[in-house]
Amino acid sequence: MEQLVRLLDYDFVQNAYAAGFIIAVVCGATSRFVVARDLSFAVHALAELGFTGAAGFVLARLSPVLGLLAGAMGTALFIGTLGVRPRGRDTVIGVTMGFGLGLGVLFITLYPRYATQAFSLLFGTISGVNRGDVALLLAIGAVVLGALVVIYRPLLFATVDPEAAEARGVPVRSLGVIFLLMMAGAIAEAVQIVGVLLIFTLMITPAASAERLAPQPGRALLISVLIALISAIGGITLALITNIPVSVFVTSLAFACYLASRFVLGPLIELRAARGTSGAAPS
Amino acid sequence: MNHRGVVTAPEALRFDHVTLAYGARRIWSDLSLQIAPGTFTAVIGPNGSGKTSLLRAILGLVPLAAGRMEVLGHPPHRRDPGIGYVPQRSSFDRDLPLRGRDLVRLGVDGHRWGIGFASASVDDRVSRAIAAVEAGSYADAPIGRLSGGEQQRLRIAQALVGDPALLLFDEPLANLDLRHQQGVTALIAGWRHQTGGTVVLVTHDVNPVLDQVDRVLFVVNGRWAVGTPDEVLTSERLSALYGSHVDVVRVHDRILVVGESTSAGLELIEPHHFPDDLGRDEVAP
Repeated sequence: MEQLVRLLDYDFVQNAYAAGFIIAVVCGATSRFVVARDLSFAVHALAELGFTGAAGFVLARLSPVLGLLAGAMGTALFIGTLGVRPRGRDTVIGVTMGFGLGLGVLFITLYPRYATQAFSLLFGTISGVNRGDVALLLAIGAVVLGALVVIYRPLLFATVDPEAAEARGVPVRSLGVIFLLMMAGAIAEAVQIVGVLLIFTLMITPAASAERLAPQPGRALLISVLIALISAIGGITLALITNIPVSVFVTSLAFACYLASRFVLGPLIELRAARGTSGAAPS
Repeated sequence: MNHRGVVTAPEALRFDHVTLAYGARRIWSDLSLQIAPGTFTAVIGPNGSGKTSLLRAILGLVPLAAGRMEVLGHPPHRRDPGIGYVPQRSSFDRDLPLRGRDLVRLGVDGHRWGIGFASASVDDRVSRAIAAVEAGSYADAPIGRLSGGEQQRLRIAQALVGDPALLLFDEPLANLDLRHQQGVTALIAGWRHQTGGTVVLVTHDVNPVLDQVDRVLFVVNGRWAVGTPDEVLTSERLSALYGSHVDVVRVHDRILVVGESTSAGLELIEPHHFPDDLGRDEVAP
């Protein structure tokens, strides 16, 4: 404990916590719609092509975070405009991802000193975030969350009941593209901690864990944010104490939350709800 | 503005030589039809005959290739508050965090930007719509855990919550058991008698709603026939429409359409289905 308090004096520790907090809030909220819209494969593609973007930007001596953002957003636009129907969407994603990763391999080969940085981008790190990065993460996060606040109701409508939403004048297609772009922002953030390959742990697991804990959409979203926070902040803390890579703990904590909600808390809540209705029925 | 249209227009719906097309493919040709307020019209025909497209045109989601249309006294436009729409049923994920109450509420303000804060008047409207479809006992359960009939009632509540003058249904009875079919049918009838509203219902099987229906619009391969069930559902009219011999048989108050090109045995095992591809080859130009 003392050791941890002493660590808090270090800049890189403060930056890691700040980044972890921002990322968890943005990803936890976004993941609610990732799961509801069944976009797991798109998350994977956006992250991997974000990696290609980062590799390209590093090669051009530009910020890898901006490269991630550029790669992921470019992919989001491409998928969003080409893959309208869910079935065709996965095919478009697969085709795009294949090409993009090939490009990523080229970029790494052209820049041999890139190996360590590539490892961080793929598997995550906590020491890579400086003060400027935190400001950038905050800016990206503010845009993503701001957009979510603005489009929340029509996005929910378009997600759960697209035909009725369209009839009520909701721009279902445009919202789909906008959400993919927001997802690109959230993914560019999440990669900073968990890396490209472990992206699901912040983009899928929080919402998947929250699903059975509350039937209300708003409450489920807040629980999803809470689970992302537990995973990210807890993971950073354990990584600081043990010196084991942060992704190990973030993924483990997220998975523990998932198991707990799936097999303990979820069934308990259902049991209580069932008892509530059966108790109310005779009156 | 009076969106109910009952006062401002003599017809709830008016089609004037309407043609609907997707690209080069014509779906409906030269449809002329008036639907009076307070009536129940069933749109029947085989799958792929453009029944859903007709509803989408009424909703202002598909432009007309030719002709004129008036919906509640004005040209069709998106987000028409006078229309309630119950789309074809798609299932909800079992674990989707969404209650029936939330689904109904989307019918009130789901198209508005922003998060949407708690409002007593909105809650009140939602509760009344839920009570009107008798869904109060399960409106707070996750919607993915409810039965098809229960989900359908909540969808209808979502359409009713905007207090529409015209209700459009797309196959509301498909995949429901007999008890729920009767329940949903009674619900639609009750709404019509209470509010004097107009119903246009797309179905492949007219039998569950036969005693409600004022008029039938039967469509096959872009051609159509309209009239009372007794006028339209005859061997002569339907044979002309299909372009091949079709028998209309009445058994125990049920109407069966039996075609030459489909096995008679199959039709009798599934008597409520109109033959899907009957005569299509013969009619193709």
